[in-house]
Amino acid sequence: MNTAQTQERPQRPDIPAGASGRPSGGRREKLVPALLVAVALAYVLVLLLGPLGGIIYYAFKSGLSVVGQTFTRPDVQHAFYLTFVIMLITVVVNTVFGVLMALVLARDRFPGKRLMSALVDLPLAVSPVIVGLMAVLLFGRGGWFEPFFAARGIQIIFALPSMVLVTIFISIPFVIRETVPVLQELGLEEEQAAWTLGASKLQTFFRVTLPNIRWGLLYGIALSAARAIGEVGAVLIVSGAIEGKTETATLFILRTFDQFQDQPGYIVALTLAVFSIVLLIGIEILKRKRTREAG
Amino acid sequence: MAGAIEVRNLTKSFGTFCAVDDVSFEARAGEITALLGPSGSGKSTVLRMIAGLEQPDTGRIWVGDEEHTSKTPQERRLGFVFQHYALFRHMNVRQNVGFGLKVRKASRADTQSRIDELLKLVGLGPFADRYPDQLSGGQRQRVALARALAPRPEVLLLDEPFGALDAHVRQELRRWLDRLHRELGVTSLLVTHDQEEALELASGVVVMHRGRVEQAASPVDIYNRPATPFVAGFVGASNVLRGTVREGDLHFGTSVVARADDTEVGPSARAYVRPHDVLLTLGRGDRTFPVTVERRTDLGWLSKLQLRLDDGQAVFAQLPNAELDGIEEGGHVYAKLRSTKVFPLDGEDAPAASGAGGTSQPLLRTSDENETLTSRAGQT
Repeated sequence: MNTAQTQERPQRPDIPAGASGRPSGGRREKLVPALLVAVALAYVLVLLLGPLGGIIYYAFKSGLSVVGQTFTRPDVQHAFYLTFVIMLITVVVNTVFGVLMALVLARDRFPGKRLMSALVDLPLAVSPVIVGLMAVLLFGRGGWFEPFFAARGIQIIFALPSMVLVTIFISIPFVIRETVPVLQELGLEEEQAAWTLGASKLQTFFRVTLPNIRWGLLYGIALSAARAIGEVGAVLIVSGAIEGKTETATLFILRTFDQFQDQPGYIVALTLAVFSIVLLIGIEILKRKRTREAG
Repeated sequence: MAGAIEVRNLTKSFGTFCAVDDVSFEARAGEITALLGPSGSGKSTVLRMIAGLEQPDTGRIWVGDEEHTSKTPQERRLGFVFQHYALFRHMNVRQNVGFGLKVRKASRADTQSRIDELLKLVGLGPFADRYPDQLSGGQRQRVALARALAPRPEVLLLDEPFGALDAHVRQELRRWLDRLHRELGVTSLLVTHDQEEALELASGVVVMHRGRVEQAASPVDIYNRPATPFVAGFVGASNVLRGTVREGDLHFGTSVVARADDTEVGPSARAYVRPHDVLLTLGRGDRTFPVTVERRTDLGWLSKLQLRLDDGQAVFAQLPNAELDGIEEGGHVYAKLRSTKVFPLDGEDAPAASGAGGTSQPLLRTSDENETLTSRAGQT
């Protein structure tokens, strides 16, 4: 656009340069960003805030008494409890193994490292339903590992272990993906300095490495916790969604819709949404700390 | 508390690249020894092997009477200072300095008094509560040094400690390190590519090139009696001139210019001449050769001169103006070499010799030129 203007100028020397060209050009230059902002705003309003408003409306439609009743229902309480337990175990396991994986990926050199790095992302690319099916194939009736656990009286499928297992599988990439770049950025010198000062490898990890990666790691943990709370597909397949036994909060929502008793479903959904929003705000704060850490 | 460092036949390869090739030397107890060489010469790898941060393929390392070859870095108890400081960025200055004492479970009172002692020593008492990113580069490196010294290491290893700092701070820290070393007397091994730094600080210099030791000697010997063409070219700025050796004399064209007793092979030879070792006279004399003054740049108390030999070779000279009466651009005068080091032409190649015989530019390492000048100016 600007080059067109400069080419025009010599042909019209009587008109001051830019007097004719700039306003229309300027308007057009402003129009595109304004449109983009409008689209973004519309997206947030229609697709994000709209449904949230809907949930809030339906959750409180028939009054607060229903809200109270819902939270005192044993199946609802158990569903929240189960979701919480799965999230807790997932977060602990993800933290330990995620950091170990990140250390290996960021620090060690071995053949097949690139393949391994790509495989870490696999759970993000595969549909959770397929993840659930894979778990059933391995641990379900006739599965490869089923005889081993069955002989010891440990139930995997239709029980907590398989639910935790698939949730970890799906959410651990967030921890690894957030931690690897921070470790790479950190480099080895601070750790080597700690070694020369007499710190053991364990001391070095807890006193030097971990404090340096803590914000990136926490960010990854928060993301994976959010993912763990919201998981439906994989958990549905492996759990069997047995009421009061293997039914998580999201599975409860699913059931209420099947049974046309919408309101308790909306109330539980709203609770999960509020929790996620709190987590999201936490993530944003961590993000800011993390960028400061990197800078 | 000081022990000597001795390495024997150290070799280390990374893949097919041989970074360190059969290196042996000794760093005397209580003194500063410099490992000097261009980047990629393997000097840092040697230092890291002494610290235990790299494992040598072959060879052995002693500090004092103890063999360190297969010990972990933690067991060696050496002080190590990194080029980029490697301070713990989430700890303040106090915590950084105290780290080595804390992980070794020193008592709280001892740790605190030792930290205070070191902060005083490096002059950073007022900055004790600052974090590394609130300090200048020079201050950070002083913290790093205090941190390395805190556990009272037997030896101190410094890997290009001033490499990341600007010239002014580098000069200041160099003098400061010199003072500090006189006070503490800890055996120190300093890796540097800066020959001036090595010559100024160290009482012994080990020159490395392509993973091998070229020469290990005192600074004076390194400068005045280089053992190889590489050392002659790398340490101090040198002209590299082609000549011939006949009957123990170096010739440029038909002129006899210098004795070359210790050069056993001839007749083609390469003479290394420092710019301040080229003397100029108006008349022909003993062992002089004719040159043309192509350019004279007056710097106040001295001049830089670009000279051309009759056979087309260029020579760079640098002399006090008091010795240059009547020497002007375009003049035909006579040059005499105060001292020169002659090597056979087909020896190992030297950094400055790649374009030997080229006529456009004097073959001279000029990068150190300005620093040499400023440091001299400072002394007068």
